[in-house]
Amino acid sequence: MCLAVPGKILEIYESNGLLMGKIDFGGVIREACLSYVPEAKVGDYTIIHVGFALNLIDEKEALETLALIDEISNQEALE
Amino acid sequence: MKFITDYRDARRVHALMDEIARTIHHPWVIMEICGGQTHSIMKYGLDQLLPDGLELVHGPGCPVCVTSIEMIDKALAIAAQPGVIFTSYGDMLRVPGSAGDLFSIRAAGGDVRVVYSSLDAVKIAQENPEQQVVFFAIGFETTAPANAMCVFHAKKLGLKNFSLLTSHVRVPPAMHTILGSVNNRVQGFLAAGHVCSVMGYWEYTPIAQKYQVPIVVTGFEPLDITHGILYVVRQLEMGTYYAENAYSRVVSYEGNQPAQKIIRQVFEDCDQTWRGIGTIPSSGWQLKSEYKDFDAVQRFQVQQIKPAESPLCIAGRILQGLNKPFDCSAFANQCNPEHPLGATMVSSEGACSAYYRYGRSQ
Amino acid sequence: MNKNLPTLEGLACPIPLPHNQKIVLGHGSGGRMSYDLISRIFFPPFDNPILKAGDDAGVITIPNNIYDLGSKLAVSTDSHVVTPLFFPGGDIGRLAVCGTVNDIAMMGASPHYLTAGFVLEEGLDVGLLCKVVDSMRLAACEANVQIVAGDTKVVQNGKADGLYINTTGIGIIPHDVIIHGGNAQPGDVVLVSGSLGDHGIAVLAARGELNFETQIVSDVAPLNGLVSTMLATTKAIHVLRDPTRGGLATTLNEIAIQSKVGITIFEDAIPVKPAVASACEMLGFDPLYVANEGKLIAIVDKNIADELLSVMKDHPLGKDASISGVITDQPADHVTLKTTFGTTRMVDMLSGEMLPRIC
Repeated sequence: MCLAVPGKILEIYESNGLLMGKIDFGGVIREACLSYVPEAKVGDYTIIHVGFALNLIDEKEALETLALIDEISNQEALE
Repeated sequence: MKFITDYRDARRVHALMDEIARTIHHPWVIMEICGGQTHSIMKYGLDQLLPDGLELVHGPGCPVCVTSIEMIDKALAIAAQPGVIFTSYGDMLRVPGSAGDLFSIRAAGGDVRVVYSSLDAVKIAQENPEQQVVFFAIGFETTAPANAMCVFHAKKLGLKNFSLLTSHVRVPPAMHTILGSVNNRVQGFLAAGHVCSVMGYWEYTPIAQKYQVPIVVTGFEPLDITHGILYVVRQLEMGTYYAENAYSRVVSYEGNQPAQKIIRQVFEDCDQTWRGIGTIPSSGWQLKSEYKDFDAVQRFQVQQIKPAESPLCIAGRILQGLNKPFDCSAFANQCNPEHPLGATMVSSEGACSAYYRYGRSQ
Repeated sequence: MNKNLPTLEGLACPIPLPHNQKIVLGHGSGGRMSYDLISRIFFPPFDNPILKAGDDAGVITIPNNIYDLGSKLAVSTDSHVVTPLFFPGGDIGRLAVCGTVNDIAMMGASPHYLTAGFVLEEGLDVGLLCKVVDSMRLAACEANVQIVAGDTKVVQNGKADGLYINTTGIGIIPHDVIIHGGNAQPGDVVLVSGSLGDHGIAVLAARGELNFETQIVSDVAPLNGLVSTMLATTKAIHVLRDPTRGGLATTLNEIAIQSKVGITIFEDAIPVKPAVASACEMLGFDPLYVANEGKLIAIVDKNIADELLSVMKDHPLGKDASISGVITDQPADHVTLKTTFGTTRMVDMLSGEMLPRIC
């Protein structure tokens, strides 16, 4: 149920009455529905599952998590 | 690849695995209940890096695997009808029903099409007004927003030739069934990160409390999975049991509100049959009465077919973490990806398929 | 034929119409229309005396020094049914020539002659056919092969996806070359000539069913030039194969079974373009299973691997070449992958069609 991939929003527009976006998955561009992330802006990263954005990716949280993990790794290095 | 490469970093994964090894002092059984996590663990061999005494079991987290055989048979019956364009997510095409699969319907002349997005199915309906277009709406909560939107949208467009064959399953009732079973061995859970990106993880707090089992929301990349396992092990060693979040870049406690709103507008709870397990009360979603016109089961005259599962298949026990695939006498003999006996061998996220493809040598 | 005498097509079509625009069933009937089609569309681009003799079979003169050149022939045939007919980086014509040229080259043979059989769908645009044929001309020129025999049939509308092409090729295997799938030995090294998955993803994008865009182009190319360069460097090449449908994973499995060896490949040493990797992520595909049409695997003696790699990288079709694996004796008949984490997993053959997944 879970194949969802990060992508960058390149464009936001309406199509057929739905909020849609052009998403860049790193050299592959596909349209996705942004109805569930109405606050999205161009340049935001979002997680896309079967052509729908489920959530925006919180870059700050991502960096904090990596920092936390690196702290654990460094603790190990010190020991 | 942004938000991917960092989470496949070998140095970080090994460092967290070392931390797990330092933290663990007792044997534990942890279950993940997501096909995507099963796939990732097997693909990257993460289970090979875990310390002895820590056992990972795979729960019924593959929606393709748990779709009931009755539902597959209904899909085959509808797809075989003339004037029908049957659309589906790709992984469903190979799932065996009682007699054949959607591929064999296509080979016999049925118009069966793979779509990547449910909205592609709506587009097909708009482009083919003379034909009935049916979309096979399966999935856990992750896919529910996509499935809900397509019928919500079809109704707004006033489409008369579009319908949904719905088979949705929900994770929390499955967890209740597993944890409440007398045979239960599971002591900790990795909650499916993308399910939680939609629903949040507020539903898991009462489960953690009731069964005294730590539940950690976990992502899919190797670093995310290792991170989730570490948090579960820490709680187990400390004797705590609460729901916590190791996938905070995507998941919040409340989840995605607009998505939950549309789901509640389109779907309502129902009992659901899980292939290999049986009926779990309130574990599924069906179309609400306002959307019943779009229900393919009502629109098409589908005969009640007596489903027939292979007597050799123990998929149900595997899905509950009671057996591993190589405990099955048919595994890698009569049952293999070319000739699957049960759904866990068909989908690449099914435990049997993952073990066959990635870890047969065990 | 005396132009003053009336001609008669036969009962099917008493008055042959020009039909300049579209292929019709008459073009495959063997009469005047077929003759016109072949003379106008096929003969000029495939310009060589063997073909233009216009006989029932192409006649090849065996050179006097045939036994100096080599005493074995390699023969291969392939039918091409790709949809769409034109895709970024190539088309069915180029694929038809390169596919068979490559199969011959994978035996260490130098391809010389091809045949081309066409099954055309009634209604096919003649201009489109001309484009395909011209593409074949260019590919044949690139590969230095001649198309010396052919056939054309026409089937009813709806029976051929536009057109199907079969090509058969012949090449001569030099005396001192022993290359075949059963020849891999434990200790050998596996080289890959470049990035994987380009063709499969390019065609999938061009098909439009999954509605994604990409800059990826097919890698379809004739590999015989690269193979000659490799063979000029060393004869210690044990196996050559091009990983077409089913990808690297399927091809290596076939070789493992043929040679009764194990093969281990290294995840970090398998070249994949970032855009191909992204497309695979999005669809849930594994690049190891995606088709290639301009890449080869070489299994070679480890002592010459580095030198050969360097030679390959100097060739335009090998600039991204990499040492990607080793041949072992256990587990025999199987392919395993060493992940970036140091763990090991099996790599099976492709089973059925690759389908985009939701899980």
